[in-house]
Amino acid sequence: MRRLRAAKDKAARYLMLGIGIFTILLLLVIGLSLFFKALPIMREKNLWVLLSSADWKPFKGDFGFLPFILSTFYVSLIAIIIALPFSILTSIYLNSYASKNVRRFFEPVIDLLSGIPPVIYGVWGTLTIVPLIANKIAPRFVEFSSGYTILAGGVVLAVMIIPLLISIMVEVFRSIPKEMTDASLSMGATKWQTVKKVILRKSISGIIAATVLALSRAFGETMAVLMVCGNTAKIPHSIFDAGYPLPALIANNYGEMLSMPSYESALMLSAFLLFIIVVLFNGLSRFTLNQIERRYQF
Amino acid sequence: MKHLEEKIFKVIMICAAMIILGVLMYIIGTVFYRGLPALTLDMVTKLPGGGFYLGKEGGVLNAIVGSLYIILGSLTISILISVPLVMYINFYLPARSIFSSIIRFSLDILFGIPSIVYGAFGFALMIYLGIRASLIGGILTVAMLIMPIMMRSFDEITRLLSRDLPDALLSLGTTKYEMVKVILRQLMPGLVTAILLAIGRGIGDAATVLFTAGYTDNIPTSLNQPAATLPLSIFFQLGSPVEEVQNRAYASAIILTVIILILSFSARYFSSKFSKNKI
Repeated sequence: MRRLRAAKDKAARYLMLGIGIFTILLLLVIGLSLFFKALPIMREKNLWVLLSSADWKPFKGDFGFLPFILSTFYVSLIAIIIALPFSILTSIYLNSYASKNVRRFFEPVIDLLSGIPPVIYGVWGTLTIVPLIANKIAPRFVEFSSGYTILAGGVVLAVMIIPLLISIMVEVFRSIPKEMTDASLSMGATKWQTVKKVILRKSISGIIAATVLALSRAFGETMAVLMVCGNTAKIPHSIFDAGYPLPALIANNYGEMLSMPSYESALMLSAFLLFIIVVLFNGLSRFTLNQIERRYQF
Repeated sequence: MKHLEEKIFKVIMICAAMIILGVLMYIIGTVFYRGLPALTLDMVTKLPGGGFYLGKEGGVLNAIVGSLYIILGSLTISILISVPLVMYINFYLPARSIFSSIIRFSLDILFGIPSIVYGAFGFALMIYLGIRASLIGGILTVAMLIMPIMMRSFDEITRLLSRDLPDALLSLGTTKYEMVKVILRQLMPGLVTAILLAIGRGIGDAATVLFTAGYTDNIPTSLNQPAATLPLSIFFQLGSPVEEVQNRAYASAIILTVIILILSFSARYFSSKFSKNKI
């Protein structure tokens, strides 16, 4: 009887260890298989040429990723610029000003915003943001814009990353010891002065980490940007031009290009690029956030 | 002066929070306003008549059932993997072991990988294994997507559990395996929260199932057949030139939104129940 129990315990332990190793390996397997799938195109062409050329003519064998990389970059940048002030202000409000009831009310709001599927954001974007840009905003700056633009992608993405930013920043602000803010308040500083001089200064690394994390989320977002960005493979010259971010490129073309090995390989290269950037950004910011959490835990 | 600054910034902050609340209302409002006229009983009880892209009749039952199949399959896989793993890093490994922090770190990174990358990887894997776009392909890929989500939230809740119960159990002479079985019962509301979160993410994601599950007008009857999904039914039908089909897309958007609303609120309900249990 005792031996049976011990054997069960041992079996469970090894099974769990196996699962643990599997999760770590999964990351490596994804990275490596994307890399090997992308290898043919990198052998065929110089990687630097691929990344810096703007010619995208798959049927002639030209694979220039620059328009897609720039679109991804612009869209994410606009999203961060819009989302950051809202998120910082709201998280400060929720952390230092709001009463318990207000905080309790806002938790499901943030939950819902992060829970709404990308495709719903896309529907919302095409119904509201795109016509708004086409009819009201763009005519003031350029002669014509369809509304399906870099700007539309940026606005929709901004709303999508706000919940991520807020939930991390509230955690970061909460990790600041109460003694510090109390000391500042008791010296006669107002709440806002305390926020400005103590809380924000202390949590600058956390805010940067949250921003990097949100950026990497923005880089990889697919369906919503696919639906509002316009998707033309040209370098965008203004925020009122159509863009074609990398994930949208994969989503639009993958699955149909099996007949062309170099095309498939090129799309895999873009998936690999996304993977590398996201892993790097995520790794860095998660590491920073873990450090912050540990610093104030004990 | 400093009190004026205080007041100004307080107003700005409240405005920022109100705008975020307003945007949420605006999104839900837009979806309902546009979709409600097209939402009929046929939507949830009938298959699309004459093809999902051009047919004017019918509903999206194929997508609802397809999504349900995929989420049930992937949920089973990811529960089978995440529950043992979370138990392992919390109760088997020592409190600050390097191995457990490596696992947690790789989960954090897996969590951040975009769904399109999972989709591309899943599809490449399927080609390698010789599987066509099918229910099983969708299930495996969505399982990869929701596994880290489930594990992270379940792990977070498990870490909150007080160490008294495990210690008491062990000192009664249980093996760790028996201890974990008892603790799991205690952690049930937390597990339910994690599962609901994972369902919400998995059911709404289009990029993972785009190449792996395919799309069809019918309800799949075996694992090797393609399956339609709700988010893709919205995306594809929206691209149709026929107005009735587009309206069906907006009605599907309501269905998906309502599912997400229900999941989100029940997750919140269960997690509040958990914190009550704990105290």
